[in-house]
Formats: sequence, C-alpha cells, structure tokens
Amino acid sequence: MESLEQLKARLAQALPAARLELVPNDSPAGQPSLLVNKEAALEVARFLRDDARLRLDYVSNVTGVDWLDTAVTRKVRSRQVIEGIEREIEQTFEEKKPGFLEVVYHLYSMELKHGPLVLRLRTGNRSHDIHLPSLTPVWRGAEFQEREVFDLYGVVFDGHPDLRRILMWDEFQDFPMRKDYVGPDDFEYEPTAHGEVLERARRHEQSPEVPRP
Amino acid sequence: MGLAKRRAGLEVRISAPPAMMDEGLRSELGKQGIFTTTLEELYNWGRKNSVWPLGFGLACCAIEMIAASMARWDLARFGAEVFRPSPRQADLMIVAGTVTKKMAPQVVRLYNQMPEPKYVIAMGACAISGGPFKQGYNVLKGIDRYIPVDVHIPGCPPRPEALLHAFMKLQQLIDAQALTGGSRPRHLLPEAPSEFLVPEYGPHDLEPPKNPDVWCPPVVGGRET
Repeated sequence: MESLEQLKARLAQALPAARLELVPNDSPAGQPSLLVNKEAALEVARFLRDDARLRLDYVSNVTGVDWLDTAVTRKVRSRQVIEGIEREIEQTFEEKKPGFLEVVYHLYSMELKHGPLVLRLRTGNRSHDIHLPSLTPVWRGAEFQEREVFDLYGVVFDGHPDLRRILMWDEFQDFPMRKDYVGPDDFEYEPTAHGEVLERARRHEQSPEVPRP
Repeated sequence: MGLAKRRAGLEVRISAPPAMMDEGLRSELGKQGIFTTTLEELYNWGRKNSVWPLGFGLACCAIEMIAASMARWDLARFGAEVFRPSPRQADLMIVAGTVTKKMAPQVVRLYNQMPEPKYVIAMGACAISGGPFKQGYNVLKGIDRYIPVDVHIPGCPPRPEALLHAFMKLQQLIDAQALTGGSRPRHLLPEAPSEFLVPEYGPHDLEPPKNPDVWCPPVVGGRET
C-alpha cells in the first residue's frame, strides 16, 4: 500500500473539500493515522473503498476514545519598559482545549491483502456536538461496532440504520467508557481492597446511606 | 404409620421417626430380610438421587459444567444427568458463569419459574461475587444478591471435580432436611416465599441493586463493611 502521505495527497486532489490531517504516533507501533473532518467522512470512506489501488473493503475494528477537556499553561517571556527601566517579565497564559470524542476505524483490503489504514473522526465536543456520520452505509460490518461506540461513549452516528444500545439495557442513561463516568455505589464488601478500589471503598463507607453498626 | 406391603418376599415397612426405632433391632431385622426405614429417609433418598439441573450456562464455567456431565466425570453417577431445557422440570439451578446486570432479571425469572423444592449452586468466581469484573459497571456482584444460594463454588473456572464436590454437598444438604418441625426447608413452610423479586432496569443500575430479604452485606472484623 502507498504511504499515508501519498494517499493524503491523492485524496486532497480527488476530494478538495475534505480537510485531512496526518496524526503521528510516537509509540513503538509508529502507525500514523488519517484524521478526516466529519462533513467529508462519507465521501472519503467511499473513495477508500472504491479506489482501484486501495480497495479497503473490510473494517476490522471500530473503537472510541474519550479526550477530556485540557488546560495548557503557556509561559511567555518578554521585555517591557516599566517605569523607565527595561525589564524581562514572564506572563502565564492558560489555554483551554475543549475535549472531544474520537472514533477510530481500522481498514483492511481483503482483495489486495493490505492494511491497516487507521481512519479517525472527531466530534466537536463531549456534551452536545456529538454527531458523526455513520460509515455503515459504506462498510456494513461497522453496524454493531458503531452501536457499541454509541452505547459506551455516546457518539451519535447519523445515517446508522439501527442505532440502539447493544450491550447495556435500553433504559440505561450513562456512557460507561467515558472517563468522567462514575459507576453505581453498589459494592458493600471488599475483602482485599487496595489502591483505587480502597479509595472507592472508603468513599462508600463515608456515604450517609451506609448503615452504622 | 402401619402401612405395610408384601411384594416378592420383601417387606417394606414405613415406620415412625428413627428415634423410635432401636438401631440394634433395625440391624437384626435387616439380617432377616426385613428392610425398615422412615418416610423422611425414603423421601430424601429419592430426592437427592434425582436432582435434575436446569440446562443453562452463562459463560466459560458452563463449559466445565458440560464437561462434568460428560463421560469423563459423569454427573450421571449422582442421578443428575438429565439437564432439563425447561425450568418447570428442573430442581437445581447451576448458575455457571458471569451474571451481567442485563442478564440478572432473566436468571431470577427462571428461578421463579422452577417448582419447589429447588436449589441453587453458584459456580465460579463471577457467580458468587462478580469475580474479576467486580469493579466494573455491568456485572452483578454475586447472584446471591437476588436468589438464595445453597452451595458456592470458588474458582475461575472451577474444575469439574469442584462441581461434583458441590453436588455431593448439596446431596448431603437434601439428605439432612427434616420434613416436620421448625427447621424444615422453605418448600414445606406455607408462608415462606417461592418467588423472589425480579430486578428492573434502572437509568444507572438495577433497581433495587439487591434484594434485602435475601442478601445482607457480610460483617467483617466486627463491623459492617
């Protein structure tokens, strides 16, 4: 398969409206991925499937990632004239980066026996702008996995044929794989609590609903 | 109880409770070809040797349960080879595997559909406590939160020998049950419940998260944890 840079250049030529970005990967795997804006995602997906040199006809995996809101502090040193004397002062800026939900598709070609190509889509934020186009019309195999991402992360896939919860029950309201999910306080007995579990057990013991002996 | 039958030279006499019968006399009668027993012994002997389990599995423990019923371990030696596909015909529920919160109402409903007397073996770490999934959000932390469990088997998964051991423990339990008196089992107490609360799916957890009539938190180190 051609390199991701070559693919990106070809995609930019074929679909000028698409905003494409290469996401580097610093881990030992070193596998970069292709980030696509959600408006162009369906066209890009069709291109990846139908292009004669790619023929990515099989989506092996769909995953979700929850990125929390982050605050990045930046320090800027500058020289300013204060009271007639030039001084070097340091200013601190705090930048807030809104979090988002990310969906990662791993694509392979059964026909040409190559892959994977890692495709990423991102939502606008974590609270209300959580819609993404469903890629199930392109790859039928994504149906259940997109339902799972919807169930556990709360990403709403527009155009999905049957978007219901798949693992949790229909009445369930939370999204348990989100990083700020707090599970129900329903364990009363911890024989060998340690670490995070010990903290949870202590919080449980301090809650007013636990009967005192 | 003076009921006596004569059939093929063997006298069957169902007598008063065992305390009324002298052990020496009983053994002497046995030597003469006269078998004496009590209704309780006969009743429990029959029940403990034909415990029919409900044929259902939830996770990997079910594979061990199936192995225990096959030729190598042969659960049929204990009269329990007939795994029933219907809860109406089953006496024993082997909860073999992880009980997810989504599955818990169905497990309780199956138990409610079984006729009395009925028994439960919780097989494996997940069924008795939630096991490795105890800290998770989707697994019930032990089926004993909703239904009364007679025998717990630890292990992940327990070997078929462990299931056979649990089964023999259950047979001992059935054998020791009295038909009369205050200690008689639940199915002989008219006011005791035969059906148990089926939890409902709530917005965050099962509702209620446990049945307080069946399960209360264990007391560890002199205080409730």
